[in-house]
Amino acid sequence: MNTTRRCFLKLASIAALGWGGVRPAAQVLASGGAAPSEGLLFASRHAVHAGPHALTAKRWAMVIDTRALTSEIIKDMVEVCHRIHNVPDIPTKQNIKWIWETHFENLFLDDVHEHLPADHPQIGVALCNHCDNPPCVRVCPTKATFQREDGIVMMDFHRCIGCRYCMAGCPYGSRSFNFMDPRPYIAKITPEFPTRTKGVVEKCEFCAERLAEGKLPACVEVSRGAVVFGDLADPESPVRKALASRYSIRRSPTLGTQPCVYYLV
Amino acid sequence: MLEKALQGTKLYWGWLAFLALLVLVGVGCYWQQLTHGLTITGMSRDVTWGFYIAQFTFLVGVAASAVMLVIPKYLHDYKKFTKILILGEFNAVAMVLLCLLFIVADLGSPQRLMNVLLHPTPNSILFWDMVVLNGYLLINILVGWVTLEAERKQVEPPHWIKFFIYLSIPWAVSIHTVTAFLYAGLPGRGYWLTAVLAARFLSSAFAAGPAFLILVTYIARAFTGFDPGKDVLATLGKTVVYAMIVNIFLFLCEVFTVSYSQIPSHSAHLQYLFFGYHGHGVLVPWMWASMIMGVAGILVLLVPKNRKQDNMLIIGCLLVFIGAWIDKGLGMIGGGFVPNPLHEITEYVPTQLELGVSLGIYALGFLVLTVLYKIAIGVKQEVE
Repeated sequence: MNTTRRCFLKLASIAALGWGGVRPAAQVLASGGAAPSEGLLFASRHAVHAGPHALTAKRWAMVIDTRALTSEIIKDMVEVCHRIHNVPDIPTKQNIKWIWETHFENLFLDDVHEHLPADHPQIGVALCNHCDNPPCVRVCPTKATFQREDGIVMMDFHRCIGCRYCMAGCPYGSRSFNFMDPRPYIAKITPEFPTRTKGVVEKCEFCAERLAEGKLPACVEVSRGAVVFGDLADPESPVRKALASRYSIRRSPTLGTQPCVYYLV
Repeated sequence: MLEKALQGTKLYWGWLAFLALLVLVGVGCYWQQLTHGLTITGMSRDVTWGFYIAQFTFLVGVAASAVMLVIPKYLHDYKKFTKILILGEFNAVAMVLLCLLFIVADLGSPQRLMNVLLHPTPNSILFWDMVVLNGYLLINILVGWVTLEAERKQVEPPHWIKFFIYLSIPWAVSIHTVTAFLYAGLPGRGYWLTAVLAARFLSSAFAAGPAFLILVTYIARAFTGFDPGKDVLATLGKTVVYAMIVNIFLFLCEVFTVSYSQIPSHSAHLQYLFFGYHGHGVLVPWMWASMIMGVAGILVLLVPKNRKQDNMLIIGCLLVFIGAWIDKGLGMIGGGFVPNPLHEITEYVPTQLELGVSLGIYALGFLVLTVLYKIAIGVKQEVE
């Protein structure tokens, strides 16, 4: 290795510390070696404080079988998610969606062409990808949206200032903003989950509140096997088995966000 | 010096009262927004930033234009600009104030504004934008006030102020660079994801900003008899025209990259703005108007004779200013969101209440600008 190359690598590693290594640097700044929590300055991954009955993982991920999904299943998934999370049903373009049905070609802009077999899936389901490298967390000016050590990207509804920078940052359209008070648009409020106020952003949280009670995400439960959920780091987990069984794709992988929702095709 | 703002003609007070009335209209509209939320705007799940953020973006540029006076005066000892320097600095104060107001107006939960300070987050560009905008505001208040006070006392300004004057030069560049970085670092927003964005922002700022300064100086001259000095505005017109040429050049660079590479996620936005996309094209006439005005403004101002004629200079500056305003204040933000990352199209048009809030904010900015100019010109005329 000659000197210039070594110099370059040195410089590059310092630069990586400055940006790519924001997390480790921030953890030093924040916690001094203790369990990582919110960074003092830079956003860092939050520790998960799991109770004895909680489902835990190193890296949560979801695998969706696009061939097994039907419009009916998606309807059930959307219904249960939006019901238990008090997602309002607003009939305008200022609506709120945590999970929704969309055309296959809208999900996979780069992967669809006109000569696919006639039986290829026409529809798919979209939700937050819980990216490993989430742009929303990178842009949030208050750390109101943050990532846990197990990968789940969460929202602090009480800290969000409603600047909507995360919505510009998300390349998947996974986030919604409460343009108005959502409560009048909730058919029946589920008291176990908070309702939101006007002026904050919200999105899918991989049912973190259910995982804490030892339950799988609600959409997975009603998916009749079309969606599996588990630990990406565990080779025996249902997600790893599903990924090993068939070819899978992710949404806009070239953007470098590292989505953790996979689609079997 | 503040007392200068309290002595004025009936016209002065009438103008202030008129602006105050518009501010009240804005407050009324904003009250609706506070009560009902941002639902009163035309924004949507797909177009999440609209008129407010676009105005903020445009006005950052107008604020940064003070540097186009500071550089010739302090780095090149170009003494002709001495007299209007203060107008540039006080203009920057009013414009940054407008920027901050537009950001606050855009927040869904403005009561939590201080969370940006309580939980400072350097990985967010918005954090840096807060730092540079507030810094630029303070620098210009300080420099403007201290130099004007020295002028009034007919003494040299204190030595230490030089530091802040020099600091204001890179700082002016930083406010518009950081504002461009708000957009230019977002994956999946092809219209903004270009390294040339900050340069485009700066060039259009250094065209529209000095154009605005020329226009308000003419207004000040009409009402106060303030004389900026021979050829000063014509010289500043030169800055306007060359900056606008660079701006159009950079825009064409963008057009080339986007249309020759033919990457849909990048070209779709320009297509939407200039030709319409899948039958949607609410901004098409505006964007063409902006282009035509920009080019016409250049043609007018490029001719040295025209720059020396008040009427032609005014026409040229108006064309450049309005053209740049449409480009940044209407097209830049809306165009970036259409189509959305799922390639769906939701168009955006501001609502009346949204425009009402904006009108009130603009009125407040112009009120501050009027008062500051009254002070500055009052002092200058007292000294003479």
